[in-house]
Amino acid sequence: MIRFEHVTKRYPDGTVAVDDLSLAVPRGGITVLVGPSGCGKTTTLRMVNRMVEPTEGRITIDDDDITARPAAELRRSIGYVIQHAGLFPHRTVLANVMTVPRLLGWDRPRARTAAMEAIEKVGLTADQARRYPAQLSGGQQQRVGVARALASGPDLVLMDEPFSAVDPLVRADLQQEVRRLQRDLGITVVLVTHDIDEALTLGDSVAVMRQGGHLAQFATPADLLAEPADDFVASFVGKDRGYRALGFADVRVTPRAERSVQVGEQVRAGSGWVLVTDGSGMPLGWVDGTGWGGPVREDRLHRLGAVASPDDSARALLDAALSSPSGRGVVVADGRVVGTVTTQDVLGGLDRRHSVGSVGKDAEHTVGSVGVVEESGRVEGDAP
Amino acid sequence: MNQTVLMTWEWLTDPANWQGRGGILAQSLEHLRLSFVALLVAALIAVPTGLWVGHTGRLRWAAVNLTGAVRAIPSLGVLFVAVLLLLPRLRGELAFELPALIVLVALAVPPILSGTYAGVDATDPAARDAARGVGMTGGQVLRQVEIPGALPLIMSGLRSAMLQIIGTATIAAIVGLGGLGRFLIDGQASRQYDQMAGGAIAVAALALLVDQALALLQRVVVSPGLSSAARVR
Repeated sequence: MIRFEHVTKRYPDGTVAVDDLSLAVPRGGITVLVGPSGCGKTTTLRMVNRMVEPTEGRITIDDDDITARPAAELRRSIGYVIQHAGLFPHRTVLANVMTVPRLLGWDRPRARTAAMEAIEKVGLTADQARRYPAQLSGGQQQRVGVARALASGPDLVLMDEPFSAVDPLVRADLQQEVRRLQRDLGITVVLVTHDIDEALTLGDSVAVMRQGGHLAQFATPADLLAEPADDFVASFVGKDRGYRALGFADVRVTPRAERSVQVGEQVRAGSGWVLVTDGSGMPLGWVDGTGWGGPVREDRLHRLGAVASPDDSARALLDAALSSPSGRGVVVADGRVVGTVTTQDVLGGLDRRHSVGSVGKDAEHTVGSVGVVEESGRVEGDAP
Repeated sequence: MNQTVLMTWEWLTDPANWQGRGGILAQSLEHLRLSFVALLVAALIAVPTGLWVGHTGRLRWAAVNLTGAVRAIPSLGVLFVAVLLLLPRLRGELAFELPALIVLVALAVPPILSGTYAGVDATDPAARDAARGVGMTGGQVLRQVEIPGALPLIMSGLRSAMLQIIGTATIAAIVGLGGLGRFLIDGQASRQYDQMAGGAIAVAALALLVDQALALLQRVVVSPGLSSAARVR
């Protein structure tokens, strides 16, 4: 537990970056500090490893006051990832990652082994480990930054806008990577971002901060979307928060059975959109059998659209249905098609949620011809 | 014109001029000795100062302005003033060598100081922040991040200082010291223009040679990660 107790940071010129902040960041999981620029989120993060010293108040990590030991020693025990990676340009990737183990006094072989493990964990190769930072792309550099933070095996990692300098595709990759690393290693991550989408995607809990260093709300992403504490939070999470909340709505829809063919098999004209799979049941695409019939060839295939898995969120299931040329979203489990869902299936499931409310806990409902199994673990938040 | 070139060539290629106590080789060595002593003293003054200014950010204005001002001081004038001041106080060679050293050191400090300061100052702020953030102490940040990163600029400061030192060390001959300047001063006194031109060429050649040696040293001490070649993917 990282506990802020009435923490204030006031600069000599009178600016208050953080104002009487009290916050308990739980162990395990990712806690995101989010807010507009100037809200004190970075200052808050940097106070944890004493890169910034608070003017008032106390910060404890697992009940130990962080000022109890020298700042440099404290920092060596906490992973630190920053926006532009901040790699040391004159050191190879390996040497960069070996930095903290070496600072901790580990001998070279042990530091090297730990560094190589960290480098592999973030998805880089031994070949890349020998290179210099300037020889890597921005995304790869940021991976090295993460590896450097993890090499000595800290149980707490601070990340300050770690992905905002990389392009969106790479960012999504890195977010997944951090998610995975956090789970695999069981570490606690405190991450700062100005991007509410990133906060909602990554955070197990999200602290929304507002101008002047005030904490506006500290909640799970689902609660933040369902019940913003005030107008500021409501406007910060965005106009489409209802739609975004679908990303946290666990509506389990039992997919409809879907007839599929394989490449080479006959499709009768007039049979509408037909799903094509390979021999193992992996979906390949759709063929339009509305006004055409004949043996399916690869060049007849239309794109699949997004593919969802049965326990995905309502947002993912809806997206699968909306992006499918047939209007039927393909649901895949273990690489095999288990069926399809329509927008109606998903929306129907959502409607049931509201009418059932918290009573529907752990209940199974069958709606019409479509089997909709509802998981209403988070329904309480929606009930009045 | 052609005559002068030919005579100079003959002077330079005459083995007799290379050998002996006053020969080109001996004077080159003496020239180098004086130059390296000057470079060493200048570096001992300028590098720590530049590191301190760059690391702490203090007295930045002084470093910038002073180096500019020192560059404008006339070497010959300083030499004479120093000789006049030190001659009554010192005995023997030192009375002349020290003034020459003062001139050369004064000349060499600005480029080394500004190179060092600029090199440290140019450290990527993100790298510096990360260095502190992963738990380096101030000294470790300086030794492990700022100095290695500043080495290209420190080295180029040393190189340009050395070029100036070798060129200017010829004036040591004016106050009776050795070095390649002897050929210029003595040549002029005895109107032996082949010797003057030959001496000048020898100075230029020595400067280039030493610069190449320092360039080689730079390639050894500077991390490949900092060279522009590393940026090519």
